[in-house]
Amino acid sequence: MIVMCKEATRLMSLKQDRLLTLKERISLRVHLMMCDACRHCDDQFGLLHKIGDKIEEDLDEETRTHRHGQ
Amino acid sequence: MTDQSSSVGDDPTDDSTKRMERLTAVRPRLLSFARLHLRDNAQAEDAVQEALMAAIEKDASFAGRSGYETWVFGILKYKILDGLRMQKRQGQWQPLEDETDDDAIDRQFQQNGRWHEGARPLGWGEPETVLDNDHFWQVFDACMIALPDTIARVFSLRELMGLSTEQICHEIGIKENNCWVILHRARLKLRSCIEKGWMKGQEK
Ligand SMILES: [Zn+2]
Repeated sequence: MIVMCKEATRLMSLKQDRLLTLKERISLRVHLMMCDACRHCDDQFGLLHKIGDKIEEDLDEETRTHRHGQ
Repeated sequence: MTDQSSSVGDDPTDDSTKRMERLTAVRPRLLSFARLHLRDNAQAEDAVQEALMAAIEKDASFAGRSGYETWVFGILKYKILDGLRMQKRQGQWQPLEDETDDDAIDRQFQQNGRWHEGARPLGWGEPETVLDNDHFWQVFDACMIALPDTIARVFSLRELMGLSTEQICHEIGIKENNCWVILHRARLKLRSCIEKGWMKGQEK
């Protein structure tokens, strides 16, 4: 199935929340091969997905600073 | 984690005092996290206060396990969920339909499903560099606050709290399908808002 950018962003978003079906994965991959803008969008959704982990990491960092820095 | 011998002259009450100082230090970050979820200053302050109280109360049970700040953060997450449940019970949430219009999204795409010329996403740079940049976090906070309430709530439960869409459906009382639609909107709106703020900052 050929998808356009709007539908591709739906799949990129979905990918962060559940496993895509094989068909969805192929449609998305092919679109990303051909579309710079959507590749950027895919990276950005990936970055947004990392934000929660980053907040926790920074708190861990805080803990380490306290453990070694005093 | 067996390296307890290095802490010379450990007095448990002394440790506890240090932990209180650390609570004070981490409090502003807890507060801004709670605000993103509860979207109400007073309620965010309440949640943080309750979390701090619980942390002090349970201080003995922490007993030097790794990651004090993340432990407190974990307590706060429960308090935020409690707060969200209370908001929902008290009918403080807008009905979902009010916010699920597609306008803002459709403005990013043409009829044929391609990006509008002015809306085409650009590269933001290396993820690690971006996430370590204070300006990025300022822009992110501002964009979260600009999101409509329900969309922001679903997004933060998913991406900041790490709940699955199934758990979110359960908390908020919506269908999983609806949840995916909302998350798609949230991400598109956020990326567009962040890109504007982020790129503007880079030009300087
Ligand atoms: Zn595209």
